[in-house]
Amino acid sequence: MTLFDDAALSALVGGVLILLVGASITGWVLHRRVTGAVGRATVDNINARIRAWWVMALVFVVAVTMGRVVSILLFTLISFLALREFVTLVPTKPGDHRALFWSFFVITPVQYFLIWIEWYGLFSILIPVYVSIFLAIRTALAGDTDRFLERTATNQWGLMICVYFVSYVPALLMLRIPGYQQQTPKLMFFLVLVVQVSDVLQYVWGKSVGRRPIAPSLSPGKTWEGFIGGIVCATALGMLVWWATPFSPAVAAGMALVLTAMGFAGGLIMSGIKRDRGVKDYGALIHGHGGVLDRIDSLCFAAPVFFHLTRYFYIP
Amino acid sequence: MIATAVASACRLISGATVEWRCNPSADVQRIYFGNHSSHLDFVVIWSALPPRLRRSVRPVAGRDYWQHGAVRRYLATDVFRAVLIERGSGGTEHALDAARAAVDRMAQEMGRRYSLIVFPEGTRSPDGEIGPFKSGLYHLSRARPDAELIPVYLENLNRILPKGEALPVPMLSRVTFGVAVPRNSDEPKATFLTRTRAALLQLKS
Repeated sequence: MTLFDDAALSALVGGVLILLVGASITGWVLHRRVTGAVGRATVDNINARIRAWWVMALVFVVAVTMGRVVSILLFTLISFLALREFVTLVPTKPGDHRALFWSFFVITPVQYFLIWIEWYGLFSILIPVYVSIFLAIRTALAGDTDRFLERTATNQWGLMICVYFVSYVPALLMLRIPGYQQQTPKLMFFLVLVVQVSDVLQYVWGKSVGRRPIAPSLSPGKTWEGFIGGIVCATALGMLVWWATPFSPAVAAGMALVLTAMGFAGGLIMSGIKRDRGVKDYGALIHGHGGVLDRIDSLCFAAPVFFHLTRYFYIP
Repeated sequence: MIATAVASACRLISGATVEWRCNPSADVQRIYFGNHSSHLDFVVIWSALPPRLRRSVRPVAGRDYWQHGAVRRYLATDVFRAVLIERGSGGTEHALDAARAAVDRMAQEMGRRYSLIVFPEGTRSPDGEIGPFKSGLYHLSRARPDAELIPVYLENLNRILPKGEALPVPMLSRVTFGVAVPRNSDEPKATFLTRTRAALLQLKS
């Protein structure tokens, strides 16, 4: 379906465009007005983020409007890049090499292929059941027992976060919701929009009125003020775009609430992993944003919950 | 065009961050010397160069390995334009002659426009640590006193494609081009090799 066939999708895209333009203007104004070293550094960071959002939004909108295959390919690439960052970070040993090769070049493409052929049954259990067993065997066959349990668990968890959870975003396209036929790209849009905006708003609220940290050992930037401000605003946004979803306004708000909570949890989990490994960002691919994994950390944990809640309540 | 495809595939697999501490487009002939731990090494250095520069930078590689098989021959001669040399081992008279001939060839192949990529350790390190330098770099630098000596430090490539593996595991990596190592005309070989090795180690982040 093209952009102009569906009024709701056009409205969503238009809305995002307005938000981005607004953000760019705000960034430009701040750039002209703010002085002082610390202020400038924050403003530069914000503007770099805004530039990256334009790129991400463009890529995502193009993928969504160009159809299933492009969307699936986009997320295959995202999983590949995220897994690349994850594996760089963890202390692998030569004995993991073959198992890791399988993760990148066989398991990831197969997972997304299953979405393309709409085989939900295998898609939902391939990685948690079959791959977890296979990877453990493959690693065991390599013969190195030093830290065997830790390494096997780490590689499995990497696949879960970077591939399995991320694949739930394009998997939304598989859902056949009565009365919402062929409109699932908008559901994908709703998910990504609410989670990403929630992230941004938590950051903005945190920077402006943040005072009490929530989990200082994991993420000193996350505050109660930022969290609540972000959640309330993102829930309101979710409710405002209920017309693009198969949900009623109340349900849309409820879904948005769940998404933002899961997104927040995801951010904390990924921060915990980074702290453990002693790094600040997962990579340097997207300038101003850390790596791909830093951008999708909230999405990873929100997507599977959103998919299963929608499936449970809306598919008879 | 094959070259661009190879460079793109390389970037996807090796996700390299490139840092230049000297001028990347300087109009001077150079000897880039790097640590060696993977077959990806010279492809990654080559991909990290500005596209215009790739045509005038040639890797030095072992003839025994790269003449073996049509695909390797094609890659070595047509795509990368490598300078293939005999790799002698041990201190026999024959080996020394071969080594001297190799250095002469390298100096000659540089001509007036080419730069070279060499790996002074002579072979791939199995664990990523930088081994002792063989003497080729010393003799080559004396044969071409006009060329700049640029250390290139490669990080993480030994995890992407370790020695002994044929299949790569994609990861992020790092290429750091250092500043030219200053020359000292009366320097004995051992001191020179220690100094250049130290210059390379210094680039480790």
